[in-house]
Amino acid sequence: MSVSALQTVLEVGQSVVEHRPWPRVVVTVETWNALIEGLSGGALTMLGLWGEMGMAHLALREDSSESIVVASLPCPDGRFPSVGRLHPPAQRLERTMADLVGLQAIGAPDHRPWLDHGRWPVRHPLGAATTPIGILPPYRFLPAEGESLHQIPVGPVHAGIIEPGHFRFTANGETVVRLEQRLGYVHKGIESLLNGATIDQAARVVGRVSGDSTAAYALAFARAVEAATETVIPDRAHWLRALMAELERLANHCGDMGAICNDAAFALMLAHCAVLRERILRASAACFGHRLIMDCIIPGGVSADLPADGVKTIQALVAEIRRDFPPLVDLYDNTASMQDRTVNTGFVRPALIKQFGCGGIIGRAGGRTFDARRQPGYPPYAQLQFATALLTDSDVNARIWLRIREVEQSLSLIDQILQRLPTGPVRVELNSPGQITEGMALVEGFRGDILVWLRLNADSTVARCHPRDPSWFQWPLLEAAVENNIVADFPICNKSFNGSYSGHDL
Amino acid sequence: MRSKLLLQNLLRFPLTVPAPAPSEAALAELAAKVNDNAQRRLGRSLSIREVDAGSCNGCELEIHALNNAFYDLERFGFHFVASPRHADVLLVTGPVTANMKQALERTHAATPDPKWVVAVGDCGRDGGVFAGSYACIGGISAVIPVDLHIPGCPPTPMQLLQGLLALLEAQ
Ligand code: SF4
Repeated sequence: MSVSALQTVLEVGQSVVEHRPWPRVVVTVETWNALIEGLSGGALTMLGLWGEMGMAHLALREDSSESIVVASLPCPDGRFPSVGRLHPPAQRLERTMADLVGLQAIGAPDHRPWLDHGRWPVRHPLGAATTPIGILPPYRFLPAEGESLHQIPVGPVHAGIIEPGHFRFTANGETVVRLEQRLGYVHKGIESLLNGATIDQAARVVGRVSGDSTAAYALAFARAVEAATETVIPDRAHWLRALMAELERLANHCGDMGAICNDAAFALMLAHCAVLRERILRASAACFGHRLIMDCIIPGGVSADLPADGVKTIQALVAEIRRDFPPLVDLYDNTASMQDRTVNTGFVRPALIKQFGCGGIIGRAGGRTFDARRQPGYPPYAQLQFATALLTDSDVNARIWLRIREVEQSLSLIDQILQRLPTGPVRVELNSPGQITEGMALVEGFRGDILVWLRLNADSTVARCHPRDPSWFQWPLLEAAVENNIVADFPICNKSFNGSYSGHDL
Repeated sequence: MRSKLLLQNLLRFPLTVPAPAPSEAALAELAAKVNDNAQRRLGRSLSIREVDAGSCNGCELEIHALNNAFYDLERFGFHFVASPRHADVLLVTGPVTANMKQALERTHAATPDPKWVVAVGDCGRDGGVFAGSYACIGGISAVIPVDLHIPGCPPTPMQLLQGLLALLEAQ
């Protein structure tokens, strides 16, 4: 597939006028197949794949031209040529489309259900919504055969205070030969809840797709709504949103740093990082009224302006972290027993990272520069100075260092935001176009790029909304990362990824 | 490096907040169950098993915070354990997804009697923003008997602490 392939698609397909800011094009089967080849050849990266009755949508990014497009294939008979057949990152998404919408990916290598565990009162909730008949056969895990192999089933209820999911390890003595994940336990039917919801209701739900990324999700949803309705929000709102998003990143990176080290029994680090995290949450509560910054970013702007002493509170917080964080970095750097657990552990091949379009920490610790704050970018980041932190070792150690670099980066961004915070209102009324409109947004959460796509009805209620968590393209790589590691290193590999179960299961 | 950090912390004033009073609402809810409480003399050291029954993970973040130096839950005799078999208290979050219902029931069955069940968050109370979904049962009490609710989205660590302290009072 040539470099201008995406351009060709745009020309032959029928463009949907009301889709913003990037084009959505209705394509033929031939074009769809050409795009699949572009994905498997590496010229294109998949940003998302989702369905609705009679239509499959594939969001793509062409790395060379940095252009983004949504290709939509009509499938009136409920069938479409499988993307996962040639491009494995699509497989779980296709299984999800089969579960939720009833769309069949023709030629797909894996037809097992994914989110549907056979326990819902309805089949294809986003499609024909029929009553299930009979019970689903037991889930078949992939076979691993060989002498002296044994299986270790873990979950869905895990030992720590974490989300539920099932891990099936096949081990040879201490060494993991294969890990197979089974997720979907926290599927809440979020996309169905969004159908017909008002924008306000939907914003609250999308803000709870993954609680740790609530600000990033709220931002992605708000930006998609604003794109669809062509609402221009005040400058100050953009800057306050970035402030909230960076505080959320900071809190999560600090928390993760402690949690990863704790899985190597280095509790001292957890204790110190948890204090930093708590300070950030307290400052957030003082400035925005919610410790996790839930429901503070809303379509049209932000829910409230900073209190009078808000800037001071955050400046004091930044000073505290600048004082307390560097000694922790030294501590990590000088604890050989800790490094012994992290260096070369949980290596992910950079080629896999590229193929999966894996973003966030895992991507940037494995040589993939992508950061949605820069590309496609959104205000105010173009006016802020920050260098993309990048490493290539792609192991647990690299993922820790990437977090350290991004803590420093967020502190600097917060400094710049506080210094240059424009004055003015913080919210506007949304436009009501009075017709069906569509919008999409890509936002960099602490975990990676979050995509939100939506269609609004003429009365501004939500017709369809699809939030795609970064974890979709990260969970599969964890299976690859733990191969040939010892079973006891799984927790530390898993924490270094910190995938979202809730964000993935929806 | 490590000794310097440890020394510094010995010299600094502790971060831990003073013990709050138990939540009035929680005491009232527990008092209403006074009859079964008689059978539940578990002492003042309670082992907690946390179960995520479909939460958005926001509640988990705040439950985690209970262990930080500010709230230091263990000073009150509470302690998180890895298995329901070791637990006196099940701390349950989420709107109970259909896919987690059986796991929750089994975890409850695996917890020895007598036990307390605490439903955390607006989701744990009635399904919260996810109520009405085909994939959620909605509210922990729809699946297992609940002794105490600590609402909030998510409840703050202080609210969690006040609720849990009421458990100690009620015994
Ligand atoms: S109560 Fe709120 S924070 Fe807790 S799980 Fe439900 S939505 Fe998430």
